[in-house]
Amino acid sequence: MEAVRPTAMRFQATLALGLAGLAVVVAAIALLSMTVGARAIPLDMVWAALTAFDPNSTDHRIIWDLRLPRTLIGLLVGAALGLSGAVLQGATRNPLADTSILGIHAGAAVFVVMGISLFGITRLSIYVWLAFLGAGVAMFVVYGIASMGREGATPVKLALVGAAMTAALTSIVSAVLLMSPTTFDQLRFWQVGSLAGRDMAVLVQVLPFLLAGIVLALATARMLDGLSLGEDVARSLGQNVAVSRAVASLAAVILAGSATAAAGPIAFVGLTVPHVARAITGPNYRWILPYSMLLAPILLLGADIIGRIVAPPGEVQVGIVTAAIGAPFFIALVRRRKLATL
Amino acid sequence: MTGAKPMTTRHTLAATGMHLAYGAREVVSNLDIAIPPGKLTVIVGANACGKSTMLRGLARLLTPTHGTVLLDGKSIHAMSTREVATILGVLPQSPTAPESIVVADLVGRGRYPHQGWFRRWTAEDDAAVAEALAATDTLELADRPVDELSGGQRQRVWIAMALAQKTDFLLLDEPTTFLDINHQVEVLDLLTDLMRGGRTVVVVLHDLNLACRYADHIVAMKAGRLVAEGRPVEVVTEELVRDVFSMDSRVVVDPVSQTPMIVPIGRHHAQARVEV
Amino acid sequence: MTTLAEASGISAIRQSLAARRRRVTILLLAALLAAIAASLYLGDYPVAPDAIVRSLLSPLTGEINRGVDFIVLNVRLPRTTLAILTGVAFGLSGAIFQTLLRNPLASPDIIGISHGASAAAVICMLVFGITGLGVSMGALAGAMLTAFAIYALAWRGGVTPYRVVLVGIAIAAIMGAVISYLFTRARLQEAQEALAWLVGSLNAANLNDILPLAGALVVLVPATVYLVRSLDVLQLGDDAAIALGNRVEPTKLALIVVAVAHAAFATAAAGPVAFVAFVAGPIARALLAGAGGGFLQSALVGAIVMLGSDMVAQHALPATQLPVGVVTGIFGAGFLLWFLASANRQGRGG
Repeated sequence: MEAVRPTAMRFQATLALGLAGLAVVVAAIALLSMTVGARAIPLDMVWAALTAFDPNSTDHRIIWDLRLPRTLIGLLVGAALGLSGAVLQGATRNPLADTSILGIHAGAAVFVVMGISLFGITRLSIYVWLAFLGAGVAMFVVYGIASMGREGATPVKLALVGAAMTAALTSIVSAVLLMSPTTFDQLRFWQVGSLAGRDMAVLVQVLPFLLAGIVLALATARMLDGLSLGEDVARSLGQNVAVSRAVASLAAVILAGSATAAAGPIAFVGLTVPHVARAITGPNYRWILPYSMLLAPILLLGADIIGRIVAPPGEVQVGIVTAAIGAPFFIALVRRRKLATL
Repeated sequence: MTGAKPMTTRHTLAATGMHLAYGAREVVSNLDIAIPPGKLTVIVGANACGKSTMLRGLARLLTPTHGTVLLDGKSIHAMSTREVATILGVLPQSPTAPESIVVADLVGRGRYPHQGWFRRWTAEDDAAVAEALAATDTLELADRPVDELSGGQRQRVWIAMALAQKTDFLLLDEPTTFLDINHQVEVLDLLTDLMRGGRTVVVVLHDLNLACRYADHIVAMKAGRLVAEGRPVEVVTEELVRDVFSMDSRVVVDPVSQTPMIVPIGRHHAQARVEV
Repeated sequence: MTTLAEASGISAIRQSLAARRRRVTILLLAALLAAIAASLYLGDYPVAPDAIVRSLLSPLTGEINRGVDFIVLNVRLPRTTLAILTGVAFGLSGAIFQTLLRNPLASPDIIGISHGASAAAVICMLVFGITGLGVSMGALAGAMLTAFAIYALAWRGGVTPYRVVLVGIAIAAIMGAVISYLFTRARLQEAQEALAWLVGSLNAANLNDILPLAGALVVLVPATVYLVRSLDVLQLGDDAAIALGNRVEPTKLALIVVAVAHAAFATAAAGPVAFVAFVAGPIARALLAGAGGGFLQSALVGAIVMLGSDMVAQHALPATQLPVGVVTGIFGAGFLLWFLASANRQGRGG
């Protein structure tokens, strides 16, 4: 037994070191995000803007009004998506769980569309509430329906119910949009998932939810470890399975909902990041969650940066880039035979 | 059913140098086997020894990576799969039944290889289905949906489907799973009847004692290789059991059938053995 | 040895199943005829049944009544014909996919084929500025290419329903992203027109839409009739199908090609009309209740759903004509939710 301990401890130490390293990478990519754009701003200028703000400098104002909110939102939305994906995968024991697959984005879209067309809402800061609500309702319905029946919510069932729900809600959205060009004009930009055009007001609005969600999610680590052993074993070890699932789902919905509210529907981040995290850390959620939380912003901001430089002077929205990266990853995942039995 | 009714043609099934693999993982290596015609052959072995895989190879459900499977001396893969289906009847593991299908309809699917494109149902087809249902004692279930049947009944209906094919050969992959002991014995008795009626039957079985009781020819496998074959009374010894199942045992004579009966010796009973 | 009585008992069971299939088919044909009659009658100028018949027969009898003939022959009949043909094609496509992939939710409008057609059409319209027939051809090509991509990506020594479904969902997501992106780059007017195409409509149906689809069906329907025979044994699992003498992988491929072609041509003619492919099979199977068959009935159900939805779309709201895709979308969404909830409760949802 003695031989095992040092190795395990060494592994833990390595993971802790890795986490610290990731934090550094996150900071680096955040700084990078602030330098890149239609107008390249050098690093020393960024530093000056952050530490000694000069309201007369255009560069400084770009940093504070555009780049900083964008970067901060990217960090927080990324963290939220990564965490919610990891929590969803753990709670549903489904390696394919992702916010877009589960119809969460379609749900958010329906509520936003209704808000715009029925109530004439135009401010992003109010969309936020609608999107949040819609995401929650959709997830609740999809998961509820998929888990009825003998086998519960198997990966294929969940994916199909989510896809079917997405198709249904999308056609309703299309119908509304056809009848209201002004609604369409607003929605088509929100629909794509982007970090552009979000200011501090949006950030401030979702911040409490994001933070609450992050805290709640991190607290579910032990519950998720228990659930991963299977319902029967978890129960026999004294865990209340229904409560665990409910709390985890709540955390996931708060995170996914607020992320979608702030940045629109961004697919595949919640799907791919937990797998990468798990490949590094092993099956322990106490490590998977923090790693997901740090890896996802790297992916998201990275995608955002790519989007900014790949098609000048315009940009490709971050939702498109993550789909371009994430979908092939998803397909590769599906091809691995091991998943066939889940 | 006594009184042999010899088949007008007798087919032969064999494999030479057969290697079977799933992807990169080889499961059966360099296997030579000739299925004795007109007999009941049982394949036994520990879990994951390749017995199901070998049956699938013989049944052309899996193509060998090396070696050949010979039906009547010709490569089975050179024949059309429909032609093979009129000679080999196969019951694979875990078949799926379409939703709410009726028993008579499902068993009727077994007539598929005999029906031309126009799908004309003949009296012969109806008779074959009726015979198959009668043989598996499921005739009174004929108009029931398969979904409503118990596990044992459903298994017998699947066997009836293989029977309705009216083939010279019957290959069955663990047909006695889900069955209570009485139904297991019924199925094996039925297979014996079929064999006596002129068919060649090959079965993969989990239960070594039932295998010894019913087999004319027993084939023992270990790690993808054929370890022993022959009549149970000649082949099944304590050494074989130790080799194939890694277990100590006593082999005695089954008082009902006079065939070998394996009595396992575990850790707790090993003491008692020494004292004897 | 079984007696003649037992064999004829089996024959009796078989015949009663066939009789039920016939009853359902006749019921559906009657409903379809009623729908056709209603669709020719209804409108701003209701046309009496006897006038309808006279107009339909006028090419033969030479009795011409300009006004009525125009309405019946040039406006309503093409639209009705297009509805029937697209309904048949979508219905068959959905039924084949659902049976082959052993899952009622695996229909082409959920697993990515429609999304591929849509993306291709949107690219034609917004990137290349093509309209009309070019868009239809683009949609056709898009559906085929997408299906090919899904098949190739899901292929790994063979295709399993599981992989096809999941790869299809991923592809659907990618196509959705492409469409969303293009919408943000286009002018509102163009984007609005593209959206209209995406919803699916039978407005302004004419021979240009009908003839290619009719031509395709002349080839595809017999091919379907020939191939669905194999589905009887493919449904039992790959091993059982091979054991019964079916060449599984080539047959699956042929079935997928035919099913995709049905959906592709229908989409080219009317746009990706939501959910017709999805609902036709389950409704037909529910009516048949275990009596087997289902493809002829699915085709008829598809035609009825399409025609019925189009009538609702045209006449439900005063002064506005909705696109048919809106009606099928709402009806289909409701049906879907009910279906999922009831199927899952009985443990048959996946």
